Amino acid sequence: MAEKILMKGNEAIAYAAINCGCDGYFGYPITPQSEVMETLMLEKPWETTGMVVLQAESEVSSINMVYGGACCGKKVMTSSSSPGISLMCEGLSYLAGCELPCLVVNVMRGGPGLGTIQPSQSDYFQATKGGGHGDYRTIVLAPATVQDMYDYVDLSFELAFKYRNPVMILGDGVVGQMMEKVELRPAKPRRTDKELRELCDSWATLGKSASRPGNIITSLALDADIMERHNIHLQNKYATIEANEARYETYMTKDADHLIVAFGCMSRICENVVELARQDGIKLGVLRPITLYPYPEKALDALVPQMKSIMSVELNSGQMVEDVRRIASGRAPVHFYGRQGGAVPSPEEIYEAFVKTIKK
Amino acid sequence: MDINEIIKPENKVYGKSTVLKDAVMHYCPGCSHGTVHKILAEVIEEMGIQDKTIGISPVGCSVFAYNYLNIDWQQAAHGRAPALATATKRLMPDKYVFTYQGDGDLASIGTAEIMHACNRGENIVVIFINNAIYGMTGGQMAPTTLLGQVTATTPYGRDAKLNGYPLKITELIAQLEGTCYVTRQSVQNPGAVRRAKRAIQKAFENSMLDKGTSFIEVVSTCNSGWKASPVAANKWMEENMFPFYPLGDLKDR
Repeated sequence: MAEKILMKGNEAIAYAAINCGCDGYFGYPITPQSEVMETLMLEKPWETTGMVVLQAESEVSSINMVYGGACCGKKVMTSSSSPGISLMCEGLSYLAGCELPCLVVNVMRGGPGLGTIQPSQSDYFQATKGGGHGDYRTIVLAPATVQDMYDYVDLSFELAFKYRNPVMILGDGVVGQMMEKVELRPAKPRRTDKELRELCDSWATLGKSASRPGNIITSLALDADIMERHNIHLQNKYATIEANEARYETYMTKDADHLIVAFGCMSRICENVVELARQDGIKLGVLRPITLYPYPEKALDALVPQMKSIMSVELNSGQMVEDVRRIASGRAPVHFYGRQGGAVPSPEEIYEAFVKTIKK
Repeated sequence: MDINEIIKPENKVYGKSTVLKDAVMHYCPGCSHGTVHKILAEVIEEMGIQDKTIGISPVGCSVFAYNYLNIDWQQAAHGRAPALATATKRLMPDKYVFTYQGDGDLASIGTAEIMHACNRGENIVVIFINNAIYGMTGGQMAPTTLLGQVTATTPYGRDAKLNGYPLKITELIAQLEGTCYVTRQSVQNPGAVRRAKRAIQKAFENSMLDKGTSFIEVVSTCNSGWKASPVAANKWMEENMFPFYPLGDLKDR
């Protein structure tokens, strides 16, 4: 049986990075995710796997170090929390424009502004609809457990290199800070120089090989025709991602005639709401989107016809609910329950709100 | 001497560097960028490091440096080239990594990145083109614009009360423990070009010796921005820029 270790969500990110052959981490301290870099510094992976770990002077610098490392075809990552991610959005736009693979972890806290260090899910719009400038998309994974935090690091790098696109793990202060048992996965070695050359020489800045001209990684195209062609190419790639990479879980939806949609830590709390509802004879189920981009549109679309009502439950003022309404498209009433500013509701509070919506 | 004699290899006195592409440069006549690109290409060719050199281009006129030198290039966000170079060098320490940045990129929007990369002693080369103006955007004030200098955003001349003082960032960089070689050069005549080329070569050599950051400022002309002919621009630079930005090594260890 695989080894299980008790750890925090943030620590899981760090251990998973070392374990899956990450080449470099660049970060800047911010609560509630500072344990990611602290754990890496304590583990000293540069002495074992050769992984580079560096504390940058700012989040702006962190993401641009990630940009430089990604240009070299390396598996590179950063982590931060909401205000820091805002600073990184320029870099994310460049990474997306240049089609570079990387991992950005956002352990969300409440905002706007400096906000609070308490958990939140209020960066849903920023993560799934853009954040930075220009028409681009980031693949977004929403972990609900510490095991997810651990497993999604490797998955993120797989997706990032498959599509040459930035991937974000959109966690929250709850999954970052809570401790759970984590089953460790078999270690993957870092890529060798030879493997890197074989995989990335056609585009990466590995040093010009004799067989090709110098590679140029840029997002600049002053000619409108070239820029439009590049944008169309990006949109085609996003369409492929949307067709192939939507991930989700369902809980008790088979016979359900009411549905809660919730992601991250809220999906777990909502599973307890299902128990409360079923004790009262109400057939409630939960759809948990794992990928927030691409959104599991087909899964939700298929569930809508059987539902008398749908409720989106989020730690924000109502962001994902806009996608739920769009997909429900008037076929079922869509309600919203949310808490803001760091408050995390109990199953009873959510159930009470749910009961009010179906009694209207 | 007839034509057959002249074209003998032993009589060749000059050739374009093989590292330079056959591309027509977009730089204005008289602009220092073309000369700095040329000597940079020559250094890379003469050191035999074309396959080991990674350049980071800035935002500004020299964003297109990647069109002219046939090496691997990364194009950075405005001011962030030293952050890209930091990661590139740390992840691939056997490569020669340099940034090529203008005064707006390095001394204004990118001050945090350049100061901290130099302070960490990243084993990279920084080539800093200081022409005291924003060229690409049409001649606005730069952090290094001289007092009294007329630009598009200082139409009555730079006034310290309104605009602050010209920034001698190279003097600041020289104070940082992480830098090993900090020098200020120019390329307005053959002697200056030869000295600047030697400085670039030394900086590239330093980057493999684990000595820290090498930083080369090149006091430069911007003919379009200054609205001056190449000859007049050189004269203005010598009379106005050199007294405030004196040439020579600030640090060499």
